[in-house]
Amino acid sequence: MTDAVRIELSVNGRRRTVDVEPHHTLLDMLRDDLALTGTKECCLVGECGACSVLVDGAAVDSCLMLGVEADGLEITTVEGLGHHDRLDPLQAAFLETGAVQCGFCIPGQLIAARAMLSLNPSPTRADVEEGLAGNLCRCAGYEQIIEAVLAAARDGNATEPRTPEARSTGDPAATPDARVAPQ
Amino acid sequence: MRAFSYERPAHLDDAVALLAEHGPEGARLLAGGTDLIIRLRDGTLRPKVVVDVKRISEIDGSIREAGDVLRIGARTTMTDIAADARIRRDYAALAEGAAVVGSVQIRNRATLAGNICNASPAADTSPALLVFGAIVVLAGPAGERRVPLDGFFVRSGVTTLAPGELVVAIELPLPADARGSTHVRRTRRRGHDLASVTLACLVSADGVTRIAYGSLGPRPWLVIDEAGVLADASASDAAKLERLEAMFVDASPSSTSLRASPDYRLAMLRVLGSRAVVAAGEQLRASGAA
Repeated sequence: MTDAVRIELSVNGRRRTVDVEPHHTLLDMLRDDLALTGTKECCLVGECGACSVLVDGAAVDSCLMLGVEADGLEITTVEGLGHHDRLDPLQAAFLETGAVQCGFCIPGQLIAARAMLSLNPSPTRADVEEGLAGNLCRCAGYEQIIEAVLAAARDGNATEPRTPEARSTGDPAATPDARVAPQ
Repeated sequence: MRAFSYERPAHLDDAVALLAEHGPEGARLLAGGTDLIIRLRDGTLRPKVVVDVKRISEIDGSIREAGDVLRIGARTTMTDIAADARIRRDYAALAEGAAVVGSVQIRNRATLAGNICNASPAADTSPALLVFGAIVVLAGPAGERRVPLDGFFVRSGVTTLAPGELVVAIELPLPADARGSTHVRRTRRRGHDLASVTLACLVSADGVTRIAYGSLGPRPWLVIDEAGVLADASASDAAKLERLEAMFVDASPSSTSLRASPDYRLAMLRVLGSRAVVAAGEQLRASGAA
């Protein structure tokens, strides 16, 4: 066993200090060390996209990135979309169009869609297909998912700015997960 | 995943020293990680230390002119390459190839340097790099050296990178005159898939056509039509096809790959080769030459 490495990063707008084992992926760290279980573990080879998160605003597969690589970076998980009392417009559109069936792939779909819309607020259907090509849905809910993303884009509020500060609440040190290092 | 330690050297000398200390089995380089982490997890690689190259000051993610080449730093991702205006204009086949690697999530992490070091015969950037005459800039215990990419690939997963060396940058000679280029490929489905055939074509105003193709043997192959048959508007389609077939003589698709049968790949190689020659020629004419 090797020693854990202390890293500092921003997760959903909150500064976090984590002692992470070098062989733990960003996915492991989010789920096991930070108790953010919205991000899903599935194929572990970068094909399904269930583990997608934003790293400095870009969608990546968190199963293919080490936790230590996130040192100094800004991570957004599905928990960072919307607010506790208000859904992100994309989340609302997914519900309205019936895009959520079993739900397992949805966090990754939402993250990929958010990343695509931030670069391209008025996507064509082909743009959405390409933007979500790295996210598989085994319920085969693709039509509804694409429809939801297009609907969110049409409503024009899909790119509502969500600064980390706006989402930040409470004391970063007052986190429930035991493995977070003292600040 | 088996435990390993993690090093993030700030300077090239430190990285070279780490590689020398731990040897090729003991230390593995980490850039984008999209191939490495899969193999760390499945146990095919069991290094003692993973050396992250992303914060080495001498290795950057920039794409810039340096003398008579366009220099692409080893940290440059597929997303950066596909979006770069200079590459889209002067090295269109490379931008097109980078744009179809994996998914958005993969392209945001995967680096061009990692793609060539992984040396997959199906890599979608390799054909374009070969037709543009890419040079790999390596650093190691003996200092820096430059290797033409055609002399870098050996077979799947094997390159002429010596123990203790790492890729610092990839250089593309600047275009000497007008030209057209394109990348084409065949996959089982649209979206995220590995290529059954991946091919790039570059036609220059002097009539020379360069084609490189992958997923048809242990490494991607570069072939050149110096005679100018493929770019000759007066040559018959039959003459061009005959020339292409002669150029594709080294194609040796695996009979064990599940993606496509050898016969299918060879048939598609001819089709894609012919289409790419036409498309690259159209680009050349659109650029105002010929």
